[in-house]
Amino acid sequence: MELDPLLLSRLQFAFVVSFHAIFPVFTIGLASYIAVLEGLAYKTNNPVWSTLSRFWTRVFAVVFGMGVVSGIVMAFQFGTNWSNFSYTSANFLGPILSYEVVTAFFLEASFLGVLLFGRDKVPPGVFLLSAILVATGTFISSFWILSANSWMHTPAGVEMRGDLLYVTSWAEAIFNASLPYRFTHMVLASFLTGGFVVAGVSAWYLLNGRETSANRAALSMTLWLLLLIAPLQAWVGDLHGLNTLEHQPAKISAMEGNWETRSNVPLLLFAWPDQEAQSNRFELGIPGLASWILTHDVNGTVPGLDQVAREDQPPVWLVFWSFRIMVGLGLLMIAAAVTGLILRRNGAVYTRRWYLRSLTVMSLTPFVAVLAGWFTTEVGRGPWLIYGIMRFEEGLTPSLQGWMALTTLIGYIVVYAMIFTAGLYYLMRILRDGMESQPHSEQEEAPAHRAKRPLSAVDVPLEEGAR
Amino acid sequence: MDSMFDLVPIWAGIIGFGIMMYVLMDGFDLGQGILFPFARNEEDRDIMMNSVAPVWDGNETWLVLGGTGLLAAFPLVYTVFLPALYLGVFVLLAGLIFRGVAFEFRFKARTSKYLWSWSFSVGSILATFAQGAVVGSYIQGFETENFRFVGGAFDWLTPFTVLTGLGMLAGYALLGSTWLILKTEGELQSWAYRITPTLLAMVIAVFVAISIWTPLMDPMVQSRWFDQFSLIWLLPLGALLSMAVLVRALMKRQEGLPFVATMGIFVFAYLGLAASKLPYIVPPNYTLWDAASAGESQLFLLIGLLFVIPFVLMYTAWTYWVFRGKVKAGMGYH
Repeated sequence: MELDPLLLSRLQFAFVVSFHAIFPVFTIGLASYIAVLEGLAYKTNNPVWSTLSRFWTRVFAVVFGMGVVSGIVMAFQFGTNWSNFSYTSANFLGPILSYEVVTAFFLEASFLGVLLFGRDKVPPGVFLLSAILVATGTFISSFWILSANSWMHTPAGVEMRGDLLYVTSWAEAIFNASLPYRFTHMVLASFLTGGFVVAGVSAWYLLNGRETSANRAALSMTLWLLLLIAPLQAWVGDLHGLNTLEHQPAKISAMEGNWETRSNVPLLLFAWPDQEAQSNRFELGIPGLASWILTHDVNGTVPGLDQVAREDQPPVWLVFWSFRIMVGLGLLMIAAAVTGLILRRNGAVYTRRWYLRSLTVMSLTPFVAVLAGWFTTEVGRGPWLIYGIMRFEEGLTPSLQGWMALTTLIGYIVVYAMIFTAGLYYLMRILRDGMESQPHSEQEEAPAHRAKRPLSAVDVPLEEGAR
Repeated sequence: MDSMFDLVPIWAGIIGFGIMMYVLMDGFDLGQGILFPFARNEEDRDIMMNSVAPVWDGNETWLVLGGTGLLAAFPLVYTVFLPALYLGVFVLLAGLIFRGVAFEFRFKARTSKYLWSWSFSVGSILATFAQGAVVGSYIQGFETENFRFVGGAFDWLTPFTVLTGLGMLAGYALLGSTWLILKTEGELQSWAYRITPTLLAMVIAVFVAISIWTPLMDPMVQSRWFDQFSLIWLLPLGALLSMAVLVRALMKRQEGLPFVATMGIFVFAYLGLAASKLPYIVPPNYTLWDAASAGESQLFLLIGLLFVIPFVLMYTAWTYWVFRGKVKAGMGYH
């Protein structure tokens, strides 16, 4: 079999970016949660809030560290595998990606250190401010990276001269058409991720009867948050979809599995899209609903894949099903939040074991939903790397051979699997260790000569029973 | 095109400074990993690792900043070097990841400690060798056509780049051992004093070999150095002088000066390399100006960087100040 460097490079990028994405999507949500906890602690002086904040800051430290390690590779992938893409788009993407890095450094060099190590060394007000600024920094960082990504979907403010893109308007390029929707959708996804992980872990502690008062408080407040955010996300997702319909109709057609332009398009619950035949097999759908969602009229006309030449169509099967996984999990999250509201009477929400168990399992769903969402939007952009400007194969490194791409693909999988196993194992140790063993003051355990670095903020030994 | 303002020299200065900072700072902490297998015992290894633990990740931030900075300011460097060094880049990144994670987990591990020691050492050695190969590749040049790399997968792995890779290992080990003289005391410091002359001899051997090989390989370099006597001869002279200072400082058992003198060797060798090759940044065909991004793109990022770089420098200085003084056994452990 001929090894295809294009396919292998795409697989490698998908693997590296998917692996990396699960860390920041969690830390962005968690940073805001910690800031809220610190705000409550500052205002009420109730020890519950600072107990929770200390615990979640330790989790934050480990996950942030793993995000940084896995992110380093990203900064080089653009050059190693996609050098033509980098060469053509460097005038815009270079400064934008640099600003992302610069923001992250600025954040790490300053307020993260205070958040992780300064609890008893700076005044409470300064500490609260640091927590807020760390959370703000994560938003600014994701703003830059999503601006770059959105620009690849809805490029603007640039002009091609020869084989190079030149920026004609920084404002138009940075604040391109899909950025506001993508950014909002992603921030809410981060909140959902942070919220469901906190809810799931709190539920697990409650099942085991540990630190009941703190974990009840945590569960209660996250369930209120999720009750607000989960439905809101569905609405924002809908707006994002309408924006995509305007700028990338082919992606919407693939998401809906809609092959022909017509009115009264059904919302398909199940189908087997067949790209060869340019039609679906085994369709099961609700008549007119897709038309209604996209045009707010049951008889509205929705563009189909017949508008797009075959070679310009994204792989429909993958987009169709990723989208359904994302939406399905989103609905499940709404259901979980609403169930929590119903169980609040008599405080059953803290004691019903089936509910607490489902919440524990649910803590994984946002990660899957986020990845499915990214697959929908990124695969749906195909075959375009920069929509309408550059195709995947045009962006590839010309000197790259199949076996080289395969070697590094396997290499990165091995490296990441080892790191991930160690990291996940360690995270589980922290969770099992729980809040009870936390020192009440950093001074009694912190040696003076300790690194001011995320993972070093955590003192749990690596192996079982080695304390 | 942008005759109004030419930011290329400013950007060359910024990136050049960033690379120099990276080499000097990550150099001594990579050096600990290179010296790890030769250390006398596990207790010494603990101290060696501890001496760099508070600062190593700050040191590596310069690498990431350099990577994205190159994409923004000199995209051609980014889009030729990375494809040309494709497999080397993987070795470099995998090495850095393993040693980075080892820093964290070795401190927390008990029974699996030896695994993390290996991870730290092998990661450091691979990453250092790959960096040396990058320098060697730059000196020998790249096969390009229409601004694209068109060479083979192993162009970066030649006898010459193996030599520069080994030279980098010796150089970083020397930075590492003089760092230990500065930061430790007692038995470990005596050990560092003992190995430093050997490491210096290796560095001198590679230095001389590269200095003879390069002009033979590259006529441009040859004519710059030998056509007429020029001021650039002051640079190798500076390197030799630094070596002399180092030898004298070792004999007088001084503690701070060996490290400073070693940094001097690196700075003069680095400037000598720049004098040999610049303005060619993607040799043999492309200069800094060919490699530069549009003027407005360089300006757009410069504004942000001018704000952040002083801040990063201040933070770096502050960290080194906080962790000044000798590292003792048991420090930083729990």
